Order: sequence, then structure tokens, then C-alpha cells
Amino acid sequence: MGFIGETVDSIKSIKIRQLLTQAITLGMIVTSALIIWKALICVTGSESPVVVVLSESMEPGFQRGDILFLRMTDEPIRAGEIVVFSVDGREIPIVHRAIKVHERGDTKEVDVLTKGDNNDIDDIGLYAEGQLWLHRHHIMGRAVGFLPYVGWVTIIMTEKPIIKYILIGALGLLVITSKD
Amino acid sequence: MHSFGYRANALLTFAVTILAFICAIASFSDNFSNQNPSAQIQILNINWFQKQPHGNDEVSLTLNITADLQSLFTWNTKQVFAFVAAEYETSKNALNQVSLWDAIIHEKEHAKFWIQISNKYRFIDQGHNLRGKDFNLTLHWHVMPKTGKMFADKIVMSGYRLPNAYR
Repeated sequence: MGFIGETVDSIKSIKIRQLLTQAITLGMIVTSALIIWKALICVTGSESPVVVVLSESMEPGFQRGDILFLRMTDEPIRAGEIVVFSVDGREIPIVHRAIKVHERGDTKEVDVLTKGDNNDIDDIGLYAEGQLWLHRHHIMGRAVGFLPYVGWVTIIMTEKPIIKYILIGALGLLVITSKD
Repeated sequence: MHSFGYRANALLTFAVTILAFICAIASFSDNFSNQNPSAQIQILNINWFQKQPHGNDEVSLTLNITADLQSLFTWNTKQVFAFVAAEYETSKNALNQVSLWDAIIHEKEHAKFWIQISNKYRFIDQGHNLRGKDFNLTLHWHVMPKTGKMFADKIVMSGYRLPNAYR
């Protein structure tokens, strides 16, 4: 009975105000991160301003675990640019280089064929059934810069989700148990 | 304020900030390098020039490419991706760029080269507009850094022309 009494006392002694302050601080941190992410989307003009390289198809330039910074402008797509595109039906975007570009004179629409630097064949096999070219609406951005190795954190968290839960659990525990 | 947790956190944050700063400076230093690459491309032979069964023109060429891209390499360069594209205009398309050959150059010593090859990628038009067509051959290069901003440029060489008839 004494132990239960002590536990009840310690739960009662958690001040409501302190708990609310901690909850609000946590909320502020999460919303700040969200604001920064959305601002990046606005500034770079791309739906995903940062992507992690997942495959070896652009080696040795981009290796698995590198981070690419993307930017999308209205400038026309030209051969040689490294573009990030998504194919209808596949959710993971692909980062390859444009090797052929045909731009219509009147409408400015463009047909693009891509190929990974480390692949022997072009990407026609990756496009949707019957699709021979990529169009502007498939392309999410152009790669303008990169940082090596930083993306491994994301890859590990995606491939072994247990690590994600451990991390979030540990962070949550840290927040709750810190006295100030 | 002096527990292990706080110290580790402060150290980690500081280390990451310094690392990001160093990467940014490394990338920024690339702006100050003096670059003067040069290249020459010669078409040695038109191997064949045909119209495919479903209507598009296709041509196969043998190219002689001489280039000196050594000045593009800085200490922050991981590789240089060089490719040769044929650029031309048709009545339907304002611009067509077809990559004919590419190479990845890892080291400065290999950046000065002479190569004679037939086109690595097929030169196919959208249509049958290639007879007698004037086109430019451009040598593009994309410098991929060890960290930071990638930059690209090209040399345009004009004056090439495809034959007036299929062969």
C-alpha cells in the first residue's frame, strides 16, 4: 500500500503547468521544423527540396546515402541536367540525367529521355507502359548541389523502422524526464 | 547544465555546424578557380543514314573528339561528366538535343584526351527531318563536387551538316 501511495503522490505532484509547458515546447519544435520544410518547398519551387539517393544507378557521382538539393525553375529542361522524376504508378522518385531533349517550337512542351550514369541502357524500361518520353509534369526538380553520406540516417530509419521507434521513444523520454 | 547529456548535445551540435560551414566554404571556393577548357570535334565518317520502319530518321557517325578539361578540376572535384550532344532545329521542334557520347573523368590526368568512336547513343530524330540538316555539336561538362554546388557549362561547335540523301 505504501508503494502505491508513493506512486499516486508522485503522479499528483506533476504540476499541470509544467506538463503543459513541456507539451507546448514540444509542439513548437515540431511546428518550427514543419515551417522550415514548407519554406524550403516555396524557395526551391520543388515538391521535395531534398532527396536521398537510394540506388547505385548514378555512381560514382552519387552514391547511396548522399543528399541532393533540388530546385525547380521555369527554365527549360536541357540535356545533361540531372533531373528527379516520378513515374505514374511508382512512388519513389528517380534521379537520372537527361540525355535526349526534344522541345516543341509552338507549345514549349518537352520530351525528355533519361539514363542513369551507371546504367547501360536508358530509362525507357522504367517509364510507364507505352511511355517513351518524360514530360515536364513528371519532373520534380533539378539537382543543383549535394552533400555526401548525410542521407544514411534516412536510409537506416526507413529500412529498419525499429530504430526510428527507439529514437522517438528516447527523445520523448528525454523531454518528459527533464526537470527544466 | 553540466551533465553528460548536455555536454554531448552541445558538442554534437557544434560539430555538425562546423562541418556544414566547412562544406559550404569548400563549395564556395570553387567559384574562384580559373577555367579554360577547350575541345574540338571532327566527324570522320557518316557510317549510315536511314529511315527506320516507323518513320524516324537515324544516323550513325564516327567522331573524333579532342578535349582538354584539366582546368575544370579543383580540390573539391569528385568527377567531371562530359558528353557530346548534337543540337539542331526542325519545323516541329524548336530545339533537339541528342546525346551521342559521354564519359566520366575521375582524375585530372585523364581530362586531356583524344578519342575516336562511333556514337554511343543512337542519333534518332522525331520525324524525318535530318536530310541536309545543319547541326551543332556541343561538348557539355558537369562538374560534380565532393560537396556542395554542381556547375555545368558547354562549348558549342557549329558548322556540321548531314548528307542530303540516305545512304
